[in-house]
Amino acid sequence: MSNKAKAKDGLTLRVLKNPSGWSSIGLIVAVIIYGFVAPLLSKWDPNEPDVYSVLGGPDANHFFGTDSAGRDVFTRLAYSTQFSLETAALAVVIALAIGVVGGLIAGYFGGWFDAVSSWMTSILMALPGLVVLLAAMAVIGPTMWGAMAIFGVLLSPAYFRLVYSTVRGVRNELYVDAARVSGLSDFRIIGRHILGVVRAPIIIQTAIVASIAIAIQSGIEFLGLGDKDTPSWGAMLNDAFRQIYDSPGLLIWPSTTIALVTIALVIFANTVRDELERTGPRSKTIKGSGKSEEQLAADAAEVPTIWHEAPGRSSESLISVSNLAVGYPNGQGGVKQVVHNVNLTVNRGEVVGLIGESGSGKTQTAFAVLGLLPAGGKAVAGSIIFDGKELVTTSAKEYDKIRGGRISYIPQEPMSNLDPSFTIGSQLVEPMMIVLGLSRRQANEKAIALLTRVGIPNPKLTMKKYPHEVSGGQAQRVLIAGAVSCDPDLIIADEPTTALDVTVQAEVLDLLRDLQKETNTALLLVTHNFGVVADLCDYINVMQSGRIVEAGPVLDIFENAKHPYTQSLLDSILEGGPARGAYEAPKGNK
Amino acid sequence: MLFAVSFLAYFLLYIGAGNVARLVLGLQATPEQISELNEQLGLNRPFIEQFLGWLSGAVRLDFGESWTMPETVNEVLFPRLGVTLTIVALTTVVAAIVAIVLGTLAAIHGGFIDRIVQFVGLIGFAVPGFLVAFFLVTLFAIQIPIFNAVGYVEFAESPSEWAKSITLPVAALALSAVASVAQQVRGSVSDAINMDYVRTLRARGLSFNRVVYKHVLRNAGGPALSILGVQFVGMLGGAVLVEQIFAISGLGPYAVSSTAMSDIPAVMGLVVVTALVVIVVNLVIDLLSAALNPKVRLS
Repeated sequence: MSNKAKAKDGLTLRVLKNPSGWSSIGLIVAVIIYGFVAPLLSKWDPNEPDVYSVLGGPDANHFFGTDSAGRDVFTRLAYSTQFSLETAALAVVIALAIGVVGGLIAGYFGGWFDAVSSWMTSILMALPGLVVLLAAMAVIGPTMWGAMAIFGVLLSPAYFRLVYSTVRGVRNELYVDAARVSGLSDFRIIGRHILGVVRAPIIIQTAIVASIAIAIQSGIEFLGLGDKDTPSWGAMLNDAFRQIYDSPGLLIWPSTTIALVTIALVIFANTVRDELERTGPRSKTIKGSGKSEEQLAADAAEVPTIWHEAPGRSSESLISVSNLAVGYPNGQGGVKQVVHNVNLTVNRGEVVGLIGESGSGKTQTAFAVLGLLPAGGKAVAGSIIFDGKELVTTSAKEYDKIRGGRISYIPQEPMSNLDPSFTIGSQLVEPMMIVLGLSRRQANEKAIALLTRVGIPNPKLTMKKYPHEVSGGQAQRVLIAGAVSCDPDLIIADEPTTALDVTVQAEVLDLLRDLQKETNTALLLVTHNFGVVADLCDYINVMQSGRIVEAGPVLDIFENAKHPYTQSLLDSILEGGPARGAYEAPKGNK
Repeated sequence: MLFAVSFLAYFLLYIGAGNVARLVLGLQATPEQISELNEQLGLNRPFIEQFLGWLSGAVRLDFGESWTMPETVNEVLFPRLGVTLTIVALTTVVAAIVAIVLGTLAAIHGGFIDRIVQFVGLIGFAVPGFLVAFFLVTLFAIQIPIFNAVGYVEFAESPSEWAKSITLPVAALALSAVASVAQQVRGSVSDAINMDYVRTLRARGLSFNRVVYKHVLRNAGGPALSILGVQFVGMLGGAVLVEQIFAISGLGPYAVSSTAMSDIPAVMGLVVVTALVVIVVNLVIDLLSAALNPKVRLS
């Protein structure tokens, strides 16, 4: 309980310390003081006309000048402020009372009250408030108090929905259950546990509702539907608007006051919301960045890679990454490196594994090769030579020509990697038309052939389906078809089977292996699973904390892993992970 | 729904209307005159009978005789409805285009444009539309007379005069819609741009612009559309004020005068027609979202 109180005090204090917080509160308070104090001090009557000083400019007697009837604008504005704020407050109070009580009852107890009040709410929300209000005023006549009371009812859904949804969310929480079990009455549970949760959102909503009430109140008064004898912001606007050609300055005072108050209310609401969100956990870590202390230490000390001899490996590389470092802005003007000094090579037709646990930097390395690092990330050092071309310094336009046709990508999570709004067919056809320059018909035919090849049962029908209509395994096959569709030289596959069921995993790996053999495409396989590596790869690179710690031919590493991290990865596959392929426990390892 | 609104409105308005005949004829009216008018307006019949009579007309969109004007409600209402719908529909289109462009630019480029969108968002959300209208009239019709301050010219009469008469009202109404829709577009574009499929599509060789304008905007469109629908309802209310300021003979001034004179049949006609427009617009928005989002289409 004391924690809660502290958090609440913290919020109030933080809002007051925030420049937009204290200035908006200060402005609202100043306007209130003006509205309620100035009439007591002024020698003028807000309604008494004075034919000798019509439309006078500001002077020592009339601070803001006089209006078309010679009334003192300063005094009239003060009385108006008082009246407008009071009537707007009435609307807010009524909306609060109905909305909060209704929302609590409907949310906490449910039942018929829930159904009826939700239905009423949707009716109230369906019509423009001003039109309903005008209709009501046709009956009740020109009384602003009555109109704003009705407007309060019209505004109540704003609170109702807020409280209702919060209460629905909270009422099944464990601590509410606990309170119920321990014998607290519903009334006390609502008062203690539930109101506490909705208090801050209600404050935000109140500021916004108040600004709407002020806008509507002034609008109706401006239309001349209010009480003619009471000074109000809207009535002053109406009067000033008639003189817009003779004395446009008259509009300034009431409009500025209204605008300042409404803007201050909205800024106040935004400030409270921002401060409230700041209370929550602030997690904005970049995926793949192990920010631990150990890693910082590792940054300092250069860790050498253990290279295993690879006799007979061609020296003509398709892609060669050397001394690559990937970094993100750390928010203080510096760069946070997540990949350090990475060297790896893939030759034509080879399958090369990049293995490590999540956060080791393997996916970051893959994205760097694709030139598609998340916002802010970039290759800060080193080079990536692809088929004789330096990619690190390549322009965005040039890179667009390399991706798809030369280097392509198979992602990890099949569902989120298909655009939900387009058919599977159109997502396959579009790149082929651009990259290969095919006509729509040619691309369609090729897409159907590809879907057949990757084992989709009814390719013509699947072309017309949307991603949510196919299974995860099928979606992954579609993505593989997409990756090979433009005949690339290198495919980067990022955990291509991790998100799939075990049985489907085996099929997808078979498919990948067959496709790779058929087309002799080079494959860079990013994975955390040694089983997958064993199945497919010729060479592997083991990555830990953004570095490659061990690299070499796959058999050699399996039989003779030297780095403790590689050994522990191998151990983990023997203990828990699903064993794959024909490999038995490597000897000399344990 | 529409029936519920009409019944509720009719019930409340007639119960509250009190002695209509005296209101219409003034205090000097003799009892004979009053009973004659009551007879004429059918006000001496039982409530249910009155309502059913009104309803049988209303379902054919016939809202009967006005209490205060020689014309029937329909003769005044429908020509004015056309004017208001022209303004509101045009505003919706303008607001949608401006908001999509601003919101997308803000999400992608950030920085200066983003701050402008935030600022417009605050002003447009906080400042009532009719104050914006005053500002625009003073600046662009009086100080620098480029546009018309008052009146509405039919497009058929003179397209250029039509444009001059409609620009400021549309601008005044559009600001708040632009403000909220642009914020929504900004948010959903920045969400959509970080989706996995954006990276995958780019990895297949599509350029950044192509992915943004074809795939990201399509996916960001749904939420923006529903906000636009909410804004449209708000605009129907805002139009009342803006039409009054620009002396445009739309529904606004009619609503004001009917309210001031307690012309209940006219008010009923306005409420029903507005509700009808809102229902039709919501239907259109639903259909458009379904066209944008295949998941909605199926369910």
